[in-house]
Amino acid sequence: MNTQAPPSKLIAGATGDWEVVIGLEIHAQVTSKSKLFSGASTEFGGAPNSHVSLVDAAMPGMLPVINAECVAQAIRTGLGLKAQINLRSVFDRKNYFYPDLPQGYQISQYKDPIVGEGVVLVDLSPTEQISVGVERLHLEQDAGKSLHDLGANDSHVDLNRSGVALMEIVSRPDMRSGEEARAYVTKLRTILRYLGTCDGNMEQGSLRADVNVSVRRLGESLGTRCEIKNVNSIRFIGQAIDVEARRQIGILEDGGKIAQETRLYDPAKGETRSMRSKEEAHDYRYFPDPDLLPLEFEQAYVDELASHLPELPDEKKARFVAQYGLSPYDAGVLVLERASADYFEEAAKGRDAKLVANWVINELFGRLNKEGRNIETSPVSAVQIGGIVDLIASNVISGKLAKDLFEIVWTEGGDPAQIVETRGMRQVTDSTAIEKAVDEIIAANPDKVAQALAKPTMLGWFVGQVMKGTGGKANPQAVNEILKSKLGI
Amino acid sequence: MTDLTRLTLAEARDKLAAREISAVELNQCFVDAIARATSLNAFIVETPEKALAQARASDEKIAKGEARPLEGIPLGIKDLYATEGVQTTAASHILEGFIPPYESAVTANLWRDGATMLGKLNLDEFAMGSSNETSYFGPVVSPWRRKAADGRISDAKIVPGGSSGGSAAAVAARLCLGATATDTGGSIRQPAAFTGTVGIKPTYGRCSRWGVVAFASSLDQAGPIAKTVRDAAILLRSMAGHDPRDTTSVDVPVPDYEQAVDASIRGKVIGIPREYRLDGLSEEIVALWEQGIAWLREAGAEIRDISLPHTRHALPAYYIVAPAEASSNLARYDGVRYGLRRTGKDIADLYEKTRAEGFGKEVRRRIMIGTYVLSAGYYDAYYLRAQKIRTLIKRDFDLAYASGVDAILTPATPSPAFALGEKGSADPVEMYLNDVFTVTVNMAGLPGLVVPGGLSADGLPLGLQLIGRPFEEETLFSLGQALERAAPAILLPESWWH
Repeated sequence: MNTQAPPSKLIAGATGDWEVVIGLEIHAQVTSKSKLFSGASTEFGGAPNSHVSLVDAAMPGMLPVINAECVAQAIRTGLGLKAQINLRSVFDRKNYFYPDLPQGYQISQYKDPIVGEGVVLVDLSPTEQISVGVERLHLEQDAGKSLHDLGANDSHVDLNRSGVALMEIVSRPDMRSGEEARAYVTKLRTILRYLGTCDGNMEQGSLRADVNVSVRRLGESLGTRCEIKNVNSIRFIGQAIDVEARRQIGILEDGGKIAQETRLYDPAKGETRSMRSKEEAHDYRYFPDPDLLPLEFEQAYVDELASHLPELPDEKKARFVAQYGLSPYDAGVLVLERASADYFEEAAKGRDAKLVANWVINELFGRLNKEGRNIETSPVSAVQIGGIVDLIASNVISGKLAKDLFEIVWTEGGDPAQIVETRGMRQVTDSTAIEKAVDEIIAANPDKVAQALAKPTMLGWFVGQVMKGTGGKANPQAVNEILKSKLGI
Repeated sequence: MTDLTRLTLAEARDKLAAREISAVELNQCFVDAIARATSLNAFIVETPEKALAQARASDEKIAKGEARPLEGIPLGIKDLYATEGVQTTAASHILEGFIPPYESAVTANLWRDGATMLGKLNLDEFAMGSSNETSYFGPVVSPWRRKAADGRISDAKIVPGGSSGGSAAAVAARLCLGATATDTGGSIRQPAAFTGTVGIKPTYGRCSRWGVVAFASSLDQAGPIAKTVRDAAILLRSMAGHDPRDTTSVDVPVPDYEQAVDASIRGKVIGIPREYRLDGLSEEIVALWEQGIAWLREAGAEIRDISLPHTRHALPAYYIVAPAEASSNLARYDGVRYGLRRTGKDIADLYEKTRAEGFGKEVRRRIMIGTYVLSAGYYDAYYLRAQKIRTLIKRDFDLAYASGVDAILTPATPSPAFALGEKGSADPVEMYLNDVFTVTVNMAGLPGLVVPGGLSADGLPLGLQLIGRPFEEETLFSLGQALERAAPAILLPESWWH
């Protein structure tokens, strides 16, 4: 895909508008108990070098054996990306020297990856969706970790990560802004989490991005790109792109040329810095790993995995729209996390789904966001929010009181219906009680009555007074009707 | 008392079973012989205590009637096999002092079957060489010496071949009843031919490579060197087998190879490839080959001329594929985790100093060649083309076998053993040419057996090679036995090395 960005996505330079073109390489750690080619644990956070087998340490004569679960996870991911699954793929060696790379080569897939072309649909706003092409997905080993701060002169190496399985997911250069790139990574992470093939935890390094950025004048062919390595948060991805695009535009507008190179993003300084130029780039001397036979499996195996895939976000969203009558955007918000979607469905069971969706999205998500919590640790359960919605639907409480009730449930917990009873929050629908209150207000305010007769919008003032007099418990609709008939408007 | 080191492995096994000798007695004889043979430099590490402790355990097993197939049989282990708790060096300075915490699959199989370990055998560094002169621990000297026409024996030191020079020399000098070896381009068969011993490189995938220091992974294969065809068959049965830790090892049953030794070869079709009649091949090698053909024909085999048209490309292609894989396989020896380390001002300096000092000249040369042929811009011209040649070589053999050929007979080497320092010092290709008859077999992943056929004009052994169909080692043992029976007895040299 090589579409042009709409004008709103363009960056205005001193000499005119520029389009930024972005492609992403995502490294997603495969969720598996053991490493790609050894039985060592993949658990995060162990003592340094506590999850290292003889294979991971590249002892003489040790050989890799492919972990079937990692292969299944890559296939599942490919299916989730609506991608071509290659029944035959090849592991290659990518040769370079580094202390955290014990073999002196990384086992990766070069010419023949396990997964070919796919696509990710990304919602940007209630009205805008883009489609980002996936070029390929391949399996490879992670490296270990160099530790430079343990001694004054020495560096140390922790091989716990060495050999852990990664999926490298390479996108087409289909994104035109930092915002689009952020939305793509978010969506990709959602899909991976649904599939259970990567936990998407960026703080622990389970998901990392290499960002390719170039700029061009509208209609021109692709500019020279720079690759920003190892960006480890979605926010930084957006920042790094904006900063890098500005840098490139500045150079080009000054008559300079972009040097193809690898750069690093420094979030503290808000700048990208050169890491190595094209000339310094490694010659990785890829060749098929002679220790491993080509990876081959049958279509039936792929079909079997496909038959057990969970419902994916796009399908779930479509179902929410069809089944619950939600707007596509609301449905999209709800399916962003599988747990949120499950929460919503539990709460919506047998209820007005749109009302439930409003409460989940506006009240619950708003509050969770504000407090930096997620749905798994929500103090308000789906049963509780369902209970609140029930009380609104049956006119037991007003929408305004419901917000107070939500607050009580959030902070104190408890059964919403019971709270309403014990705290006398039940809405007053009894017309004699309301009539009494209305009569009192009318009697006490003859001037306002006169005004209201002249100007019917004054009715609101009377409604407010009645609500105040009943402690907010009067049914606002009933108040309105009684007021109108008493005042004769 | 008879000298027990003169027994074949099969004879020793039978005497142990009959309780004519004890395992301790047998092992002690070899321990003593090794101690007297240090001038041959066949062993890098001797493990007499280990052998004797294992022998004592074997005697107990025998006493209880629980003898295993190799109970009490003393073996030498090529120092390319990782042995738990015993230094494993690949004859390289870079691994000097390295003691693995694990045991190779093949040696574990041997110990499982009751064999004992006399020590670790010398070899060319990382198995790269054809004369055992590239070892960091010095060259191995062959027990064989040249004999002039007048019967005078020359003092010139002769190479045992390589890379399994220590294995071949130790068997020929009666320092063990058999030895493990490995073969990437001829490293079992050429030393066997040079020392009048029997060596088999089995089909690729027949023995596990797990725990064997890798040279060229797609070509490396473990196998035995022994005094007789029968002994080699007995050893291979224990060494072979599927291993899930090596995904290139193949899950096919291991037959009782020893039974095949006595099988008739009547009606077997033997292919004689015309492309192996190299220009300038010496008269005595041609004569040996003709003699081998005659022996097999007399034993009832049918001889048929065949063509393996891509043979001449095998050696150049081999010297691309093998160094390419080696350059990557040897990257792990970087001074960071084990083995030699020379500190430097930064990590690149540490790598350079460690590897420059840790690797010998031939290993460095092959790493350079391998790195070059895999480099961007050269990969297609060298590595990819070499792989295509490899496919064509394999197809040559496939077609020959499809036409009904059971095995192929060729000379093992283009010449008898040479003297130390005689070859390759000026031009490494001169040394590489030793592998001309053996590399095709590795390139095609086939089994190859070498048996002694006779002696050269100056009294050194010459070998014949039999190449078989994949996983049909049994046919090779039957044919090898026929040659062994027909050929004049090659008497192993009497000790001059005490």
